[in-house]
Order: sequence, then structure tokens, then C-alpha cells
Amino acid sequence: MTNGNAAPGANGFAGSTQILASARIHQYKKKSQVKTIWLRLKKNRLAMFGLVVFMIMMGVVLSADLYMSYEDQAISQNLSQRFRPPSEEHLLGTDQFGRDLLARVVYGGRISLFVGLATICVSLTAGSVIGASAAYYGGKTDNILMRIMDVFLAVPNMLMAITLVAALGTSIFNLILAMGISQTPRMSRIVRSSVLSIIGQDYIEAARACGTSDARIIFRHILPNAMGPILVQVTQTVARSVITIASLSFIGLGISEPTPEWGSMLSEAKGQLRYHPFLAVAPGVAIVMSVMSLTLLGDGLRDAMDPRLKN
Amino acid sequence: MTEKLLEIRDLHVMYRTDDDNIFALNGVNLSVEKGKTIGLVGETGAGKTTTALSIMRLLPDKVGIIRQGEIFLEGRNLRDLSEADMRLLRGNNVSMIFQDPMTSLNPTHTVGEQIGEVVKLHYPELRSDAVEAKVDEMMEMVGIPAERKTEYPHQFSGGMKQRIVIAIALACNPKLLLADEPTTALDVTIQAQVLKMMNELKEKFNTSMILITHDLGVVAQICDWVGIMYAGEVIEHGTVEDIFEGERHHPYTIGLFGSIPDMTKKTERLNPIEGLMPDPSSVPPGCRFSERCPHRMDICSTDSPEVIIRGTHQIKCHLFSEPREGVCLAEEKLVKGAAS
Repeated sequence: MTNGNAAPGANGFAGSTQILASARIHQYKKKSQVKTIWLRLKKNRLAMFGLVVFMIMMGVVLSADLYMSYEDQAISQNLSQRFRPPSEEHLLGTDQFGRDLLARVVYGGRISLFVGLATICVSLTAGSVIGASAAYYGGKTDNILMRIMDVFLAVPNMLMAITLVAALGTSIFNLILAMGISQTPRMSRIVRSSVLSIIGQDYIEAARACGTSDARIIFRHILPNAMGPILVQVTQTVARSVITIASLSFIGLGISEPTPEWGSMLSEAKGQLRYHPFLAVAPGVAIVMSVMSLTLLGDGLRDAMDPRLKN
Repeated sequence: MTEKLLEIRDLHVMYRTDDDNIFALNGVNLSVEKGKTIGLVGETGAGKTTTALSIMRLLPDKVGIIRQGEIFLEGRNLRDLSEADMRLLRGNNVSMIFQDPMTSLNPTHTVGEQIGEVVKLHYPELRSDAVEAKVDEMMEMVGIPAERKTEYPHQFSGGMKQRIVIAIALACNPKLLLADEPTTALDVTIQAQVLKMMNELKEKFNTSMILITHDLGVVAQICDWVGIMYAGEVIEHGTVEDIFEGERHHPYTIGLFGSIPDMTKKTERLNPIEGLMPDPSSVPPGCRFSERCPHRMDICSTDSPEVIIRGTHQIKCHLFSEPREGVCLAEEKLVKGAAS
């Protein structure tokens, strides 16, 4: 790349500034990508339903402090009010310690949704990098990375999370890290397989022939095309991690009592299922609703982001 | 003689597979002058695409191996460059057009992004409005309204996609363009348009081009030089006039021309070259074409022929080597064969 090379290129671009002026007259109907995706998403009723439900849940959960009190309603016990059925005062009734179930579900959502989404971020990032580079570079890199993942996969998910939390200490951050790491092998396998199906395409070869760097090929050219199966896995993982937190909480490594959290509320209610089934219904419905809305939204997003399905 | 842009010397490429070693190129010599187009012609498996991929250094990793030989681009040996330097070269100095436009564009990005990407890669200091302007310029140049740059590949027809691919290849004014059967996937009317456009752009940018094709008509239309490839060798090389008009030809070239249907004559059958290409996994001694050659001599199956140079015309065949007994006879026979 000496001066001799730069000169013709520079001339070419100097000439193009004149074209720039004429280009302004053109006035493209240029829509931003976000706007295009939004327009397409809007046509998908199920996805919009998912989005609305998820937004409402997020809204209710995040604005909880405005209309209820964490200390009074979700934490402090009132044993004279145990097992009250739904009434005007307690819309969803009360639990075995007389705490308002609605307040606990709402505040529990803060932790469950946050941990679920954060876990995804960790495992998606790590899984994408590992899976995509294993598939892209192949050979030794593939073997080494995937065998390491196999070792992780051989340890049960739960056990892995327990070990990590026990080693790192109990805190929400460590919990997220532990669950993220334990979900990574599964994610990287999915990413690897869908990347492998894209890698043989001509446009990847063409991108390489343009001098595109490896990282750019992986993240800009391969991953967007491999999105479908990954997105499905993501929505499933959110559900799985809500349940995993519950199991971890059960053995005292997750979210400890009395902090409300959907999974541990569910496992607590298990014992009361015969006489007070509504205790299990509230957190159960909350989990189902969040997972369902995310799944519908994920499906819709995948379709909206795929330009081939446009219109 | 004008300056040489690309020079390939004695290039040997092998594909190493689990079962066999495939000898894809066996001593290819080729040079491309500045601003000139060379057509590489030959049947499937002759090593045309392998030659192009070797120049780009995009042979499949660990499978395609350059065994010996040098590739010089403007005096620099491409085999000595680091991978990072090579990446700077690709798309900027040398770019490639692939055979199938349907699959060589990424379906998830707009065509404008894809043209802009190569510009941004090689001129990262450029402001984004200058990149956009370049994209507009390239789109208009290949005859597609710049407004359509926000559309995705599936919204274009095959011919338009190939124009976009050409726009991407030419966006950085490369010195050398490798076109691997750019018109094979297109129908004939679009072929003519695309070829005409490529020819114009080539002259405008003074780009050299290696055109890989099966179509001798295309070669006659836009090439300055022609190389006929057979079983990993360039067996005949010369200007278009040498190949299309001269009387001295490699028997394979004659066979190749003989297999084109003639519109003016009534023929029942085409005249293919009998036989198949030799198995590329074992290299027989002597001339590669000897088994199918109608003018086979004893020497053909034992000694590899030398390249006979006469002016700009090179032929690798024993028929034309130093006068020996019986050779003149063969040459006469050959000329007759070409005339009939």
C-alpha cells in the first residue's frame, strides 16, 4: 500500500463529491432499519400481543414502588392474615406468612426477569463467540473449543451452577454469571450448528474475496443469517433460568428468603398445593406469561428481521 | 510490450483429500498486462477457477496447497505476503466476481450496505456521506438507480444482482479483476448487457481482467489475450487473433472450436472431443492430452512437450517442436483438419 496505490483511489473519491451534491437532490425514501423492522413487526398480531404483554409486565414491575410498598406488603409478615383468598384488600390473596401475593409476584418479577434476561446476555455473548469461531475456523480450533464445551456439558447444568455459586459466593451478580456459564455450552452448540449451515454460502466466500476481516464476516455476515434457531433457544433459556433460580434458591444458593422471586415462590407453594392452590397459580402464571410473550416476540422479531420475508 | 501487472510462474496446486491427492494445476504460466483482458478457456476441471483462487489466496484451507511456483502482482510475490497484507489487497487491488449472483450477495443486508462495506473496509478514514456518494456512483455506473440501494438482494433480478456484484468488485478501483464465469448463470440477453458493461467499466478504470469462461464467443468479444487450459496446464496462449485466426493450433484447441455448433451448416450431431480428461489424481508422463489426441505420436506418451513460442503465440505440443521426421506431415494434417 504505497502512495502509488493510494493515488487512483483518492482521485476516484474526489470525483464522487460532485456526485454527492446530485445525490442530495435524489431524496431517497430512506427508512432506518429499526423503523423497517418495527413496521413489519406491527403486522404480526401474535408478536404484537407478545410485545404488549411483555411491556405491560415490565411496566408494572418497574413502577411497583409507585403504588405498593416493598417493606409493608412484600416482606413483613402478618400471621393473622395467612392464606386469605383473593379479596378487595389482597387482590391475589395472601401466602402462608400473610404477605400480599400480588406484591410478591410484582416485586419477584424484578429479580426473575432481570436475572433471566441477564443470563441470556451472558450465555448468548459467550456462546456466540465460542460457537461461531469454532464453526468458522474449524479443524483444531473447533475441536478444542467444542471438547471444552463437552466437558462443561457433561456436568449437569444445575451442578455446574451450584459449584460456581458456591465458589464465587452468593450474590445476584454471581448467580447471573454462574447460570450464564452453565447455559453457554448449549448455546454454543446451537450457534455452531447454525453457523456451519451458513458458512458454505457463496456470499461468505465473496465477503472474503473483498478483504473482509474474520471477525466482521462472523458478526456481520454469518450471525444475522443464523439468527433463527438461536432466537428460539434464547426464549427457551429465559424460561429455563427462571426455574433454575428457584432450584438454586431452594438449596440456599439463589435468592434467599424473604426476597420474593417467582421460582422460589412456586417451590414454596408446592407444599400448600392441596388446600391453597392459588398460591402456586400466581407465580406460575407470571412465569408462563413472561416466557410466552418473549417467545411470541422472539418469533415475530426473527421474521421481521429477515428481509426475505418482507411484505 | 506494455507493463506486466500479474505474472504467474510455474504454479503447481494440489488438493489434498482423504482418499487422493488431486493435482489441479501442473505448472501454469500466465501473465496479464495492464488494462488488458485475458480469457481463460477450458472444460470443467481444467483448473481455471483454481488459478483464480490461487491468485486471491482463497484456496480451501489445509486442502488446497500451492506446491511450487510464484505469483507476482506488480513485482510483489503474493505467496510471501502475510494474511493481513493479503486481506488489504483483496477487494482493493484484486477483486473477484463469482459465478452465481443469486448466492454471492448476503440476503440480510441491503445492496447499498454491501457496496459500502468494501469501500469502508479499504478506506476506513472516509466519512460516511462520502461512502454513500461512492455507493450511489457505483450503482448508477452499473445502470441501477441509486434510490434502490436501500433494497435487499431478493428484490433484484439475476442480471441486476450480477451488476451489484460487479459494482462491489469495482468499488475500490481494483487493478485486477478476476471474473469467474460471470455470465454463466444469466440468460443470453442479460449476458450481452453485463458483458458490454464490464467491458466499458474495464476501459474506464483501466482495469486488467482475467475472464474465466466456457464461452468462446464471449472471449472473442471482450478479450485481448486467450489462454486455453487443459488438465492444469495452459496448453495454448496468445492474442485473440492468434487463437481465433492463426492456422497453427494445439489439437485440443481445434477440438474445442470443432465442438461449437455451426449455424450455417446443417449438422445432425455436434463434434465433441472423444474421451474424458485424465484422472487428476495421477499424473501420467508425457502430454496430458495424448490419450484423446487425434495426432498422437510415440513421443507424446513419454515426454512432456515444451512450450513453442512464435511471436505472441505459445503452444505446448510436440507437433510444433523442432523439425523432426514425420512432424511436417503431422502439421500438414493438422492444418487440413482445421480447414475442414
